[in-house]
Amino acid sequence: MSESLPIVEMAGISISFPGVKALDEVGLRLFPGEVHTLMGENGAGKSTLIKALTGVYRIDEGEIRISGEPRLLGGTADAQHAGISTVYQEVNLCSNLTIGENVMLGHEVRGAAGINWRATHRAAGETLEKLGLGHLNPKQALATLPLAVQQLVAISRSMVAQCKVLILDEPTSSLDANEVEQLFTVIRSLRDQGVAILFVSHFLDQVYAISDRLTVLRNGRFEGEYRTHELDRAQLISKMIGKDVDALKSLDAKGARRVRSDAAPLYSAKGIGRKGAIEEIDIDLHRGEVVGLAGLLGSGRTELARLIYGADRPDTGEVTMNDEKAEITSPAKALARRIAFSSENRRDEGIIRDLSVRENLILAVQARRGWARPLPRREQDAIVEKYVSALGVRPADPERPIRLLSGGNQQKVLLGRWLATEPDILILDEPTRGIDIGAKAEIQEYVAGLADDGLSVLFISSEIEEVVRQSDRIVVLKDHRKIAELEGGQGVSAESIVNVIAEDGLGDPSADTAVREEVTT
Amino acid sequence: MSTLTTTRTEPTGARALAKRLSLHLDTLPTAAAVAIFIGMIVYGEAAYGRIVQFNTLSNLLINNAHLIILAVGLTFVILTGGIDLSVGAVIAFSSVAGVMLMNAGWNPWLAVLLMVLIGTAFGAASGVLVQHFHVQPFIATLAMMFLGRGLASILSTVPERLADDSPVRSLGAQIKVYDGPKVNDVVLTPGVIIAAVVVVAAFFVLHRTRMGRTVYAIGGSEQSAALMGLPVAATKMWVYIISGTLSGLAAVVYTARLGSAQNITGIGWELDAIAATVIGGTLLTGGAGFVLGSVVGALVLGLMNVLITRDGGIPPEATTIITGGILLVFVLLQRAVLARRRE
Ligand SMILES: Nc1ncnc2c1ncn2[C@@H]1O[C@H](COP(=O)(O)OP(=O)(O)OP(=O)(O)O)[C@@H](O)[C@H]1O
Ligand SMILES: [Mg+2]
Repeated sequence: MSESLPIVEMAGISISFPGVKALDEVGLRLFPGEVHTLMGENGAGKSTLIKALTGVYRIDEGEIRISGEPRLLGGTADAQHAGISTVYQEVNLCSNLTIGENVMLGHEVRGAAGINWRATHRAAGETLEKLGLGHLNPKQALATLPLAVQQLVAISRSMVAQCKVLILDEPTSSLDANEVEQLFTVIRSLRDQGVAILFVSHFLDQVYAISDRLTVLRNGRFEGEYRTHELDRAQLISKMIGKDVDALKSLDAKGARRVRSDAAPLYSAKGIGRKGAIEEIDIDLHRGEVVGLAGLLGSGRTELARLIYGADRPDTGEVTMNDEKAEITSPAKALARRIAFSSENRRDEGIIRDLSVRENLILAVQARRGWARPLPRREQDAIVEKYVSALGVRPADPERPIRLLSGGNQQKVLLGRWLATEPDILILDEPTRGIDIGAKAEIQEYVAGLADDGLSVLFISSEIEEVVRQSDRIVVLKDHRKIAELEGGQGVSAESIVNVIAEDGLGDPSADTAVREEVTT
Repeated sequence: MSTLTTTRTEPTGARALAKRLSLHLDTLPTAAAVAIFIGMIVYGEAAYGRIVQFNTLSNLLINNAHLIILAVGLTFVILTGGIDLSVGAVIAFSSVAGVMLMNAGWNPWLAVLLMVLIGTAFGAASGVLVQHFHVQPFIATLAMMFLGRGLASILSTVPERLADDSPVRSLGAQIKVYDGPKVNDVVLTPGVIIAAVVVVAAFFVLHRTRMGRTVYAIGGSEQSAALMGLPVAATKMWVYIISGTLSGLAAVVYTARLGSAQNITGIGWELDAIAATVIGGTLLTGGAGFVLGSVVGALVLGLMNVLITRDGGIPPEATTIITGGILLVFVLLQRAVLARRRE
């Protein structure tokens, strides 16, 4: 990595949105053959800086040089022509089209009779192969894929055209360790071919594993640019949050295990299952307990959560709540029984883009009351104030349309929406997706506190470490079935869970690839 | 996620079919439209007779060529998630203006060209309003509808007859392709051929060009399409221009067949064209549908009119009720398909 000339050089970039100065004289340099990570808390301005570079947002001040020449790009299409491929933070694909089309849109192979679909699908297959998605059928509808795989498809899309600069805004937020490794292999090989890569992630392990250089932003200001090896984690964190790292101690501290009462479980399912989603499973949820769901991508975590919440109807099994038989066949029934579910799919099932932060926050509470009885404004304000400050939503302006918030802050509002229903059982599917480490520690503490107060939590995350930290009991899933149930405690670690998953089904040679195959069939 | 399965065997028989169907769920409403069309023909033949005949089917095409052209244009717009309410009024203005100019001594073919371009201009105006002034498509094209109808009424409020010897009438002249027994012939008009060419060209554009795929992508998610680097603004302009131009072309075809033009021509045709598009399986929210479906949709509407006339017992006023009923069934069908797709 010689100190060659930067291929992209942004200097003194400022962008203001009504009421916020999102970027204030920020600079960024990208070098060929280097992975450069952009670090900063939620709302620090990372995505805005990326959109400034590709021309999605117009810059108020500053200069962008590409290969030494001052340039202003006018949007993704322009950026692509200049050799810059971008994967934005939210999965931006068209779910009405096929996988192959999404990968190839705008790059379809054309012949004498217009688009040659056979060649286009073949090219799509080859591109998917690079990210280890060769098992996907390009002709399948995109909507049939789980969110994490869609994220991989979006990344594949950025690799269709030869590019000199590749920008990945939180590409790993819903991937598990295997997928991340696969992605990193591709990133490294592109880097070795001389591509400049801009990477954003809130996972420090990933940042240190992949990046050569870091730029830190804080509150829309440039904090500094560093070689990764010059800056250790503690220093990095304090640069990001602008104060000492002590606040984050709780991230690593393993909270004292809560003692489960011997009382009957609050929720108990016997043999619930749904064909094609999850095999028959038993699961109990007690008051004051956090149950974690661990498993690889496609192991059936979300599917199980949806069954419990009634978003999908179970084919088999029965559910008892407080020793009474319960029919939970729709989200409305679940809500009536005080079960809340915060979905992983923020964009399609979660936030309502044009409503304000306040309206998004009170949505579930209002839904439970029924639309005929609007929540008095005073109560709305109380709820909003409570959760905006508890979760640290920034900017703390309840009347701002939620689409104007940064990705991580949208996620906080979504989490707040379900907390506000004050449920007995709270199902959290990837609740900290895209949330910065400071806020993550706060949220973890908050959830733990709720459990201490008697809430029952079902916690799902593709980050196994997080599941281990948060849970009193861990249900391990693989291939759509439960393979183990572990009491949290000193003996359980992310590693031991990975081992449980790896050892399961040894001797059955096809089992190893089963997870991947299932996603396709 | 409903396609996740736990078995690793190759799909066979029914499962393979189910899989194929789930791959092509979008085609279901269109397939249903074809089924209804065939069902109507069979029923008509059984109940009234003389439906499966060359001349009846030829007339169906001849009488609905303009509607087919309109439905094709609307398919483009609706696929992007937009709507064009101005097409009926554009026909009125374009045809009245065209006939008056011909009668005033203009070169008829020049007037025909102008008729088409009037449509283009209206489409471009809608496109600019939608794309650059961010007016809702419904409102923008509603404004164009009032404008078109108003202009047509300013020009004339009485039927303007096309001269009997006008060469433009040749576009509506019947050409006997196959001479069957008695009057049972296969006949076409240049208007029908124009409609066929429009359909084929539209199919090509939508399925074989990047612009066509962008139309679908915009309907799926406009924001995603823009962030993918697709030319969203230009494509949205184009769909309104296409819809407008095809309305102008439909005006030519209709006027040539009828031989006269009037300011009240085409009232409610935008709704017929939208109905044809929806019956043909295009989702009003955009992103899914087929231009061939819209053709079938137009023919379903045309055939319905034929059957009602044949029956004699059904009051013509009931036509709209039946149209509404069919439409409702299709919209419900689409909702079911959408719900499945979301799973
Ligand atoms: N279109 C917009 N209009 C108004 N404000 C915006 C807009 N986009 C972003 N902002 C604001 O600009 C700031 C920076 O947002 P940005 O999305 O760049 O943060 P980020 O660093 O990417 O955060 P995250 O880690 O949560 O993704 C935030 O305060 C956000 O609310
Ligand atoms: Mg961001």
